[in-house]
Amino acid sequence: MPVPQPKRRFGRSRDGSLRERIEGILFALPAIIVLALFVVYPAYYTIRLAFYRSDFLFGFTGWVGFDNFKDLLTNSPDFLDLSHFPPEGALINNVKWILIYVTFCLVLGLALAVLAGGVRYERAVKSVIFVPMAISATAVGVIWLLVYSPDPNIGTLNAVVHGLGGDPVSWLGKPNTVNYAIIFAYVWASTGFAMVVLSAALKGIPTEILEAARVDGATEWNIFRRIMLPMLSLPLSIVSVWLFINVIKVFDIIYVMTSGGPGTSSRVIAYTMFTETFNGHPGRGAAVAVIMLLLMLPVMVLNVKRFRSERVVA
Amino acid sequence: MATRAEPARLAQPRTFSQRLVGMLTRSPVHIVLIAIAALWLVPTVGLAVTSFRPRSDILSNGWWHVFSSHLTLENYSQVLHSNGMGHAFVNSLWITIPSTILPLTLGALAAYAFAWTRFPFRDTTFLIIIALMVVPVQTAFVPLLKLFREHGHLNNEFYGIWLAHTAFGLPLAIFLFRNFFITLPKDLIEAARMDGASEFGVFRRIVIPLSVPSLASFAIFQFLWVWNDLLMSLIFVSDPSKRPMPVKITELLSTYGSEYHLLSAAAFLLMIVPLIVFFALQRYFVQGLLAGSVKS
Repeated sequence: MPVPQPKRRFGRSRDGSLRERIEGILFALPAIIVLALFVVYPAYYTIRLAFYRSDFLFGFTGWVGFDNFKDLLTNSPDFLDLSHFPPEGALINNVKWILIYVTFCLVLGLALAVLAGGVRYERAVKSVIFVPMAISATAVGVIWLLVYSPDPNIGTLNAVVHGLGGDPVSWLGKPNTVNYAIIFAYVWASTGFAMVVLSAALKGIPTEILEAARVDGATEWNIFRRIMLPMLSLPLSIVSVWLFINVIKVFDIIYVMTSGGPGTSSRVIAYTMFTETFNGHPGRGAAVAVIMLLLMLPVMVLNVKRFRSERVVA
Repeated sequence: MATRAEPARLAQPRTFSQRLVGMLTRSPVHIVLIAIAALWLVPTVGLAVTSFRPRSDILSNGWWHVFSSHLTLENYSQVLHSNGMGHAFVNSLWITIPSTILPLTLGALAAYAFAWTRFPFRDTTFLIIIALMVVPVQTAFVPLLKLFREHGHLNNEFYGIWLAHTAFGLPLAIFLFRNFFITLPKDLIEAARMDGASEFGVFRRIVIPLSVPSLASFAIFQFLWVWNDLLMSLIFVSDPSKRPMPVKITELLSTYGSEYHLLSAAAFLLMIVPLIVFFALQRYFVQGLLAGSVKS
């Protein structure tokens, strides 16, 4: 029964009888009010606050223009310190996060998806890797505090180091290891997501294509490099965006594991936003929130664009 | 079909020696996979074992000496009763359940409007809602806290955190539900309308029953999101007696430092609900997390 489908299934939004319009608005109204009051208006308030001095009562106590941003970027070594090489600060820590966390999750996730694809105990392996996704970042923090404990009678990692004849390391107590230690704990928690998405995409590649390549004598590496990888470009980009969002908003695990320490060496932007806001500088905190919003802007545009293009296709 | 099955059969090792060669060339794969899986399990197993060991044992040797130590539930009874984790567990439920039901309900209603009714600025509004999905919660901390403080001290009750989680869960709910609702057969909805069903009748009797998988995926995602959240509770739950488990754990951390017998039991209590959800509803769980991947 080939019923011809109109191009736009639901008509233009300005069509519709008066009754339909009123009913539609009534259905959408509660959600729209909640969003306007508790998401849109606060975002407007915060953007405005970023250009003001403020206090513990969060009022607008004085217009300062771009001073909060200037302060953060040039005058707060905790946030951005370019005075020596390599640069330091919360913003630089986020760069480290992006480089290491995103790369490791993608590479490990892809490798696991490809390797586990053929084995009989695939489901078991995948469950083991995926389970940490269910666990709260707070619990992940405690789990890894235990792994990284400097006491080789408590910390698993230092027990291994000790067993191999090395000296125990205070992984979370030293500025040059602390960020990597937290990042790897988070890689442990997030790799499962990358693996599941990529594995689902791999299953979607028609086996005929792979078989044909094998018959033609392609090596497994070439099949991976020339067939699988190009066909995974969309899921890879989806996972990368997800990991990027995770890095911008990472907070809980750092709060639990180090509270940003030692000193301020493991702070990230979301952490600076929290401390500035609740230590009497809500204006600067708002400026950090605006920076976070700006970092999210490309993702926002991507989501909207992706949705619109899907609709043209459909 | 027969010709296409041919290469697949050729690729299968047939004789014993061929199968042996196949196994040997694949054995590095098995070793790598099993090693990674084991590595992945160690941290969680370490926590689980630690939570059942008495404090004196934890201090004298590592959790891998599990077989030479006697196991006890003492740590659990201590965190649950003396350290208030039992109370915090109930608080977590009090925060999480309404914070899941509210966006689910409001989101489904709005999604129905976006999918099956026509009103002015419908498509523009929907695009704005998609954009709102990635607005970081940080942009709402100060204004919401100020709003809650000045209007009925909502941050001293659960209302504040309910509203915050509802607002930031809604864009995803509307997006997912709308995309699911429009895939329902148009004839079905038109027929119900012809028969004189009201819009709410169509929504309740046709759209909702047919959309259970989508609703369940979101509900699981949102439930775990709120259950696992620390940051929003730190900010929007001001009354110490209403704090949920993640906040309670950070309090234990700052009070007791590295008392791992308490911390491990507390962390395991926090994990237990998500783990049950994971193993009981694995399919919806994975779908829910995948669906949530577009959110910030």
